[in-house]
Amino acid sequence: MGASSNRHSRWGLRTLGLGYLTLLLLAPLVMIFYKTFEHGLAPPIEAITSSDGLHALKLTLLMVAIAVPLNTIFGVGCALLLVRHRRRGSAIIDAVINLPFAISPIVIGLSLFLLYGAHGWFGPALAEAGIEILFSVPGMVLASIFVSLPFVVRETVPVLQEIGTEQEQAASTLGANAWQTFWRITLPAIRWGVAYGVVLTTARVLGEFGAVTIVSGSISGKTQTLPLFVEKQFQNFNLPGAYGASVVLALLALTTLLAMNVLKRKEDA
Amino acid sequence: MGITVEGASKRFGDFQALNDVSIEVPNGSLTALLGPSGSGKSTLLRAIAGLETLDGGRVLIDDEDVSKKPTQKREVGFVFQHYAAFKHMTVFENVAFGLKIRKMEKAKISARVHELLQLVQLDGLAERYPSQLSGGQRQRMALARALAVEPQVLLLDEPFGALDAKVRKDLRTWLRRLHDEMHVTTIFVTHDQEEAMDVAGQLVVMNEGRVEQSGTADELYEQPATEFVMSFVGEVNRLGEHFVRPHDMAVALDRDDGAEEAMVQRIVALGFEIRVEFVLGDGTEVWAQLTRAELQKLELREGQIVYLRPGQTKSFSGDVPPSQGQGASTPHGSRDGGDAEVSAAV
Repeated sequence: MGASSNRHSRWGLRTLGLGYLTLLLLAPLVMIFYKTFEHGLAPPIEAITSSDGLHALKLTLLMVAIAVPLNTIFGVGCALLLVRHRRRGSAIIDAVINLPFAISPIVIGLSLFLLYGAHGWFGPALAEAGIEILFSVPGMVLASIFVSLPFVVRETVPVLQEIGTEQEQAASTLGANAWQTFWRITLPAIRWGVAYGVVLTTARVLGEFGAVTIVSGSISGKTQTLPLFVEKQFQNFNLPGAYGASVVLALLALTTLLAMNVLKRKEDA
Repeated sequence: MGITVEGASKRFGDFQALNDVSIEVPNGSLTALLGPSGSGKSTLLRAIAGLETLDGGRVLIDDEDVSKKPTQKREVGFVFQHYAAFKHMTVFENVAFGLKIRKMEKAKISARVHELLQLVQLDGLAERYPSQLSGGQRQRMALARALAVEPQVLLLDEPFGALDAKVRKDLRTWLRRLHDEMHVTTIFVTHDQEEAMDVAGQLVVMNEGRVEQSGTADELYEQPATEFVMSFVGEVNRLGEHFVRPHDMAVALDRDDGAEEAMVQRIVALGFEIRVEFVLGDGTEVWAQLTRAELQKLELREGQIVYLRPGQTKSFSGDVPPSQGQGASTPHGSRDGGDAEVSAAV
């Protein structure tokens, strides 16, 4: 009887968990896929292959191509600093890194706007030098980097702590300098933590809306990323266009997750 | 390549790990750093390798001051207690690591690695990953990896500490043989006095960041310089000011002048050796090591009153003249009483 009541409660928990996920996560996603292809493939394809749609897709991928490598290099370096070279002041860095998690993206966008705007600290000087930050790609890159900055650090720190320093010390006794030790010992040991951080960073940059909206001005065909494109289509009652672009975004994110799983499986085999 | 450490000091926060430590390790010797945990032995070993920087003092390898040299230039082989295996590399790649760093030709690397794997009896397991090896195999791999780069000195930090008793015994016999063949100056750290005596020709006993005494196993056992060495190297009973080895306790059934009255508390048979625990009139607990034959002759049983006569006793407090073993005399714990005396009681 104990066993059967145990089984009942297990099934109960499982049903509850699945139900929760279905209602909150899966149902909306299924809905958008359904709505997108409700009238066949043509409308969404048409929307996404319009010149503005294609430009938005390219711009989004450009954001990923710039922000993700930069945040990966910074993230790994910062994690090494926090874990291996702990000094006074590390705790402050540790806290500051979490800021993008805590602050609403729209506030981040506004603060960038103020800093680089016509009356901001850097704005006038940069304008004189002929460098445009706001309403152009550099500002959008800055916003993307800001909002996605903590992921690689946060995923790498615990892995670095877990692997400890003995392997690195062993490498140094075998004649490896700091650089060789990093490439041959440390990086291979933390690669899955870093990879997970990269996936989360990519997903965040792909989907970023709030901060980029403010600094880009969302100019069609010029400073519009896919999420901004979706919103614009939605505002203009072009629902097939909005759905189509949403599905493309969702597929990009899913591809990133799948890529990591495939790589990991290959590694484990 | 001899190793000399002069006046080494190291502090971790409030903890003085090394306090003016000097040691001399002759070329080609096999030396054990022996001491309880926290005695500074591992810190000293790591300082020789450059894995710890000293606050004061210097390290010389082959008469060259290496204190300022980074680890990777000191040409030391280091073996860690928990193996420090490169988990993402095969056994072959682990052993080849130092050779690849030195940019040796591929064919030469392969030949050298297989030669070493043969030496440590792992040749069939070259393509395995560390996670597929037992603890003893991992440690042998780590040893091959350290030896691959032909280090000037070999440093082992509690190398058998994480292994079970049987494997540990095999490996230490094997390490001693390896040293006989290779003659590379070797220092190994252990907290196990039996292991130190079994493997090493030369022992350095450490306690609380200082060297208590160095010498051969016989010297330490026969002429301990301090109370600490006496009690750490070998078993000891304390009778007031005096120390006596358990095998130096004569047990008699009849009253005897100068012998101490004691009650048998417990008799433990440990194979050939019998451990008999006594309690003296003043409550002091001592024990004697007897053979099976001795025990049978005495027919001891628990609760029985017997008379103990310590053979050779030792005292480390210079101000008290040696006397017969008396449980009642006031305990006087002086650790650094330099003038140890040996007295045959009665």
